[in-house]
Amino acid sequence: MADASAAPHTPPAPRAPEPAPTARRGLRMRTKRLLWVWSFLALPVLFYSVIRFYPTIEAFWLSLTNWDLLSDPEYIGLENYRRLFADPLFWQVFGNTFKYLLIGTPVSLVLAFTIAYFLDRIRFGHTFLRALYFLPFITTASAMAWVWRWFYQPAPTGIINNALGQLGISPIPFLKSTELALPSITFTAIWAGLGFQIIIFMAGLRAIPSTYYEAARIDGLNERQILRKITLPLLKPTTVFLVVFSSIGFLRIFDQVFNMSSIDPGGPLNSTKPLVLMIYQTAFSSYEMGYAAAQTTVLFSILLVISLVQLWLMRDR
Amino acid sequence: MTARTLSYGKIAPGKIITWTLLFIGGVAMVTPLLFMFSTSLKTAGQIYDLRLIPAEPTLQNYVKVLSDGRFLRWFLNSMFIACAVTCSNLFFDSLVGYTLAKFEFRGRKFIFIAILSTLMIPTEMLVIPWYLMSANLGWLDTYWGIMFPGMMTAFGTFLMKQFFEGVPDDFLEAARIDGLNEFTIWWRIAMPLVTPALSALAIFTFLGNWTAFFWPLIVTTSAEHYTLPIGLTSFAVEQSIQWEMIMTGAALATLPTLVVFLLLQRYIVRGVMLAGLKG
Repeated sequence: MADASAAPHTPPAPRAPEPAPTARRGLRMRTKRLLWVWSFLALPVLFYSVIRFYPTIEAFWLSLTNWDLLSDPEYIGLENYRRLFADPLFWQVFGNTFKYLLIGTPVSLVLAFTIAYFLDRIRFGHTFLRALYFLPFITTASAMAWVWRWFYQPAPTGIINNALGQLGISPIPFLKSTELALPSITFTAIWAGLGFQIIIFMAGLRAIPSTYYEAARIDGLNERQILRKITLPLLKPTTVFLVVFSSIGFLRIFDQVFNMSSIDPGGPLNSTKPLVLMIYQTAFSSYEMGYAAAQTTVLFSILLVISLVQLWLMRDR
Repeated sequence: MTARTLSYGKIAPGKIITWTLLFIGGVAMVTPLLFMFSTSLKTAGQIYDLRLIPAEPTLQNYVKVLSDGRFLRWFLNSMFIACAVTCSNLFFDSLVGYTLAKFEFRGRKFIFIAILSTLMIPTEMLVIPWYLMSANLGWLDTYWGIMFPGMMTAFGTFLMKQFFEGVPDDFLEAARIDGLNEFTIWWRIAMPLVTPALSALAIFTFLGNWTAFFWPLIVTTSAEHYTLPIGLTSFAVEQSIQWEMIMTGAALATLPTLVVFLLLQRYIVRGVMLAGLKG
């Protein structure tokens, strides 16, 4: 700011007016510091322009073209979007993507809050218990997808069906059924992300000043009233953050689906295919770059709306 | 952290029930990991055996999986890539965060908002242009090709800026009077003051890159450049029905993060709290 406002105040006469020595040194210092600033920022500015901003514009532009990587891209206007919205597969995938979100986010949030709420009151073995819940979060999604895939196999291979069989319960076709495959995959994603959400909820619970609780107890509120009137309202920022964070996570689900249905990615019968997998296949199996770019634009729009909702919910903070 | 005024005097029966339920839930959470390790120690004939502790544990699977050298290669690839990207992020994110927090200059706000706005752009949208760019520049199927998109992140820059804002200006001013240059001031004076934030950022970046799947899957084509998650997927597909081999591979991919977690548990949890609340 200072360097900018200094200029208009200097008289139009040649520089170096009366209080020269210090002012000039100050000016020199400022120029020097400005040189430092831009030498610090030169590479990052270049990076963000070339690796983030330019590709964003390019993706928008590509979505208006027909391009198979071999010949030159051909401008076709909104044709890709028209094709996309007329494609029944897209609507199925769109529905699947929101199913992941609509099952995943509420279930994981309620579970995470309940666990965090009680874990927060435990002293004995607290670190150990917390570690048990947190461990799945730091594992590699592709490795865990294969573990779960094995669990979900039919008997005798699959652990769950094997155990059910010994109890005399008929096997459940987890990944083979068009009804069950998506919830089964969502379940593994919930399992994998739960530890993170628990930790964030616990941090939120810790941030509530204990004086609030003391005051509430003096006023004679019971535990349930405290939860409803103090804990939950004060936890709103944490909850909003986690709702948005986990919604975005479920809308972008890919690793689990790709690894749990690798023979027929997104199967059976596309019943588990999320938008990101469709994008991947359109771009890198069919090489329809323009059409895939149009799909990424749709994903971008959905995520943008969610981010804006978050900003709106957090506006009075 | 203030102590809660709950009654710790006597152990209430409710407490015991809570503890037990939490314990059961926790054990259920790690059960898949336990079965993974247990199966990796079983022979092909034993995998239908549901017992968690194998009747005759054997390291044979590990010998088999490790002996063809691919896993070691993927492990080293992942290690190199995750470390290099983490170093780059620690350097650039904090340099930019520091500059935005501690210097007054025209365009500061604009640059900050521009960088933050990239948080709204999903990676999926950028991969097609990145792929084309990599193809044109010969970066496909190279380490650099895997690494370049993540060398700096808006999240890291934001996190570091928040922390550098807490560093008192007097420290920096004093260093200036002592004649240190701006780079030295940042590196020697300011950076040591934000080590908690740096370790949080390091943990996040490392874990994120160690487990990254989507972009490495797109950009790599030959097994020698695979990262561990991609290598594991190709290995598992190739093994198809040999679940004990797949579980051994999965265990090998999980073991390093597990060890890191057990060693640094406190810092990782604190890092998650820090980064989660700031993010």
